Amino acid sequence: MKRTYLGEFEEIVLLTVAIMGDKAYGVSITEEIEEQTGRSVSVSAVHAALHRLEEKNMVSSYMGDATAERGGRRKRLFSVTALGNRTLDEIRLLRNRLWDNIPLRIFSTLQ
Amino acid sequence: MGLRAKFPMLYTLYPKKKNMQKPKPPRWADQLLEWFCAPHLLEEVQGDLYEKFQKNLRVFGEKTARQEYAKGVLSFIKPFALRRKKEVSTELYIQIMISNYFKVAFRNLLKYKGYSFINIFGLASGMAVAILIGLWIYDELSYNKYYQNYNRIAKVMQGATPNGEFGVGEHMPIPLGTTLKTDFSHDFTYVVMSSWTGEHILASGDKKFMKTGNYLSSEAPDMLTLKMLRGTRAGLKDQNSILLSESVAKSIFGYDDPMGKIVRIDNKLDVKVTGIYEDFPYNTEFRDMTFIAPWDLYVSSESWIKPNANWGNNSWQILAQIAPKADFETVSKKIKNLRVKNVPEAAYMKPEIFLHPMSRWHLYGGWDKFRNPEGRIQYVWLFGIIGIFVLLLACINFMNLSTARSEKRAKEVGIRKAIGSVRSQLVIQFFSESILMVAFAFLFSLMAVLLMLPFFNEVADKKLSLLWNEPLFWLAGIGFSLLTGLIAGSYPAIYLSSFQPIKVLKGTFRAGRLAAIPRKVLVVTQFTVSITLIIGTIIVFRQIQYAKNRPIGYDRSSMITIGMNTPELYGKYSVLRDELKRTGAVVEMATSSSPTTKLGSRLIGFDWPGKNPGFKEQFGVIAVTHDFGKTVGWQFTNGRDFSRDFSTDSSGIVLNETAVRYMGLKDPVGKTIKWNGNPYQVIGIIKDMVMDSPFDPVYQTVFILNYNWSSVISIKLNPELSTNESLAKVEEVFKKLNPASPFDYKFTDQQYAIKFSTEDRIGKLATFFAVLAILISCLGLFGLASFVAEQRIKEIGIRKVLGATVFSLWSLLSTEFVLFVLVSLLLAVPISYYYMSSWLQKYTYHIEISWWIFALSGLGAILITLLTVSYQAIKAALMNPVKTLKNE
Repeated sequence: MKRTYLGEFEEIVLLTVAIMGDKAYGVSITEEIEEQTGRSVSVSAVHAALHRLEEKNMVSSYMGDATAERGGRRKRLFSVTALGNRTLDEIRLLRNRLWDNIPLRIFSTLQ
Repeated sequence: MGLRAKFPMLYTLYPKKKNMQKPKPPRWADQLLEWFCAPHLLEEVQGDLYEKFQKNLRVFGEKTARQEYAKGVLSFIKPFALRRKKEVSTELYIQIMISNYFKVAFRNLLKYKGYSFINIFGLASGMAVAILIGLWIYDELSYNKYYQNYNRIAKVMQGATPNGEFGVGEHMPIPLGTTLKTDFSHDFTYVVMSSWTGEHILASGDKKFMKTGNYLSSEAPDMLTLKMLRGTRAGLKDQNSILLSESVAKSIFGYDDPMGKIVRIDNKLDVKVTGIYEDFPYNTEFRDMTFIAPWDLYVSSESWIKPNANWGNNSWQILAQIAPKADFETVSKKIKNLRVKNVPEAAYMKPEIFLHPMSRWHLYGGWDKFRNPEGRIQYVWLFGIIGIFVLLLACINFMNLSTARSEKRAKEVGIRKAIGSVRSQLVIQFFSESILMVAFAFLFSLMAVLLMLPFFNEVADKKLSLLWNEPLFWLAGIGFSLLTGLIAGSYPAIYLSSFQPIKVLKGTFRAGRLAAIPRKVLVVTQFTVSITLIIGTIIVFRQIQYAKNRPIGYDRSSMITIGMNTPELYGKYSVLRDELKRTGAVVEMATSSSPTTKLGSRLIGFDWPGKNPGFKEQFGVIAVTHDFGKTVGWQFTNGRDFSRDFSTDSSGIVLNETAVRYMGLKDPVGKTIKWNGNPYQVIGIIKDMVMDSPFDPVYQTVFILNYNWSSVISIKLNPELSTNESLAKVEEVFKKLNPASPFDYKFTDQQYAIKFSTEDRIGKLATFFAVLAILISCLGLFGLASFVAEQRIKEIGIRKVLGATVFSLWSLLSTEFVLFVLVSLLLAVPISYYYMSSWLQKYTYHIEISWWIFALSGLGAILITLLTVSYQAIKAALMNPVKTLKNE
């Protein structure tokens, strides 16, 4: 089955959303990624990725509560859709299969 | 409870004042973001950036936080954030809505094909009539506008009031022209003498043609602004020249170059072609002027003119163009007394000379005896009014039917409203629907006009065409269509759209009794107009028939006349007569000073025993030959015809009955009458011959013998031979004796029929319009009757079940309409009586309006109504009640 293509950054964002549960929104996702990967990520990049993921029906969103530090603005909360979950599973399976097929020798040199 | 407790949220969002001093992100960055970011994303994006800013503020301090905020904003300048969310736009909704309106409109058209046909066809025919009449009126009003000096050209006329009755003549003496030219040179740009447009023979080589043309002063081409195709307007300055119209040049010279060629006029004058001008259009006074020769040539070639160039002889026409700053009234005032000044003995009839502007020639061509202008303008008014009425009828129909139909759509209105249509949308829907119908009707009417124009042109003697390039035409057509559409759509649009959906859908809705009243009024109006038109048409026809049946006092059958147009024909009377009679095709032949269909000269200078010395008499005088009586077949009531057996007959005179009454003679035969001092003995009295208008009384006329005063040959053909055969033989004789002239003859009965042409034309047009009006009214009635029958279908069903007969049902459905017609009849009779009796007053010889005309038209209208309504009524009455009652 041909699945929707996910870029690397998109995959990371999608995984992060999955990690965050019901607290996934722009800033929290950005911070989580920075924490997990150690690379610096801009909010706009995360937003763009989330936008693309939503277009691909990998995530769904709704408007959440407003807080004072946001100047009274609501956040958009994201969650992974069934399609998103299945896509993540497929990616993982594919990777595992690929890993399993690597000859041991090479595997060890790589280490 | 304190405010803080009531709205905790507000206080968290906007903390107390001291906290407001907290550092804030740069304003410009915020504004930039708000400007570029798509509205649906702005809240979350800006919220996230704020949150980030607050965190940075805590960790890195204000400066860095502000920098980071700005960077963050700038980094959002990405396609996803810039792109606005695509919404289903309002325009799209409107498009869908309007296309739905059209769909519904078309479905309605197709569902009720009969109604749609009646509706559109009726309106289209009304519009077609209005367009035709509009074109006709436009043509009448633009008559003569071809001439660029339209506003400055005038005919010189003279008026007189001899016996208290005003009369007018266009015939002018030559010295008047000269006086105007020399003594009033400041008031006139041009003064042009004219010999009148008449038939002349134009010959080139062996080609001979009878063409109508005129001798005019050399300024005429400038005054009439001829459009020269070859040569110049100065071409008439040379005495031996001629200007030809394009069509004449073509017929004489074909494709050869006509310039400089020689043309022979009336077999005596050789002239050179010095110019070709564009033919005058059909709607101009001078359309028959197909060639123009110089006035000077005319004066020098006709020997009788010079001795007659005095104030006493009024034989010519004078046209003039006034100076740029002059106006007709002041100039008329200046020249008013020229005649009295030069002919003092005419003062008793108060003669005056005045200018008749070109703009009034066509529509106000004459004056009645009280000096009120009259002319074709009355027909412009008549047809204008008819056109408006026919159009009105069609509109009434259209409105009536659309209104009646629209009540069926109350449910649709209810559902639309329930779904969420606002009233204004329903208004737009109904308006667009009726405008669509009118647009169809307009298109059909244009097609109908295209089809009818040739026929209409023939009947109306016009050359009309659709004014495709005239913005006014389109403006009027489209403006009118819109107006009709708006008026016709107003009832459904405004009334229906006001329904409460719940009432309509529950079925408790019934159109009120009042809703039918305007409809009834409209039907009555419609029938009033139709019946008036029927009565008018009957009276016009009766009047024409009456005049046609009038005894004319002579026998016009198988009689022809031939103009004496070349010098060869004069002095050959007996040769010609013998030759003609020898062919066997001719019974008799005579010459006379005017044909029997036209009374030429009206002259004074008569005296008779018992004449009142103060009486200013005038007689029609006709010079005839001995054989005239036998040729035309006049009838004697007393005395005898001219005879060659009595040499004294050369000073004999024949009177008509009117002349005898006019003179008050008892036993006139044998009495002596003096004319210009010469005695004439009355030898016979003939029955009145109708020579002028068959609608006027016969003029007092005398006949004298004179073989030299002749202008026309009358020939009675042998009725036993076929006309073609006879004509061929007559032509042979003329070819031999008058080779220079083409053989051109006129049938007297046709010439006589021409006298009725105006009335015939009006009669035909009036019939045409009346028939259309009735047709349109009937269409409307038919539609309305079927609507009523349909509305009462259940009632009829129940009545049938209870035992009503077909006849009683038929009368139930028809009575109402017959009542309408009766009311209309009551209205139409006085209206038509008033207008038709004033129309008949115009004719001295006219019918009386009798009661049976009204009775007949009323009966006719009722019959037509019954026929129209009965179809629907009987159809409804014959319907199986089970079918109509079983549903619901």
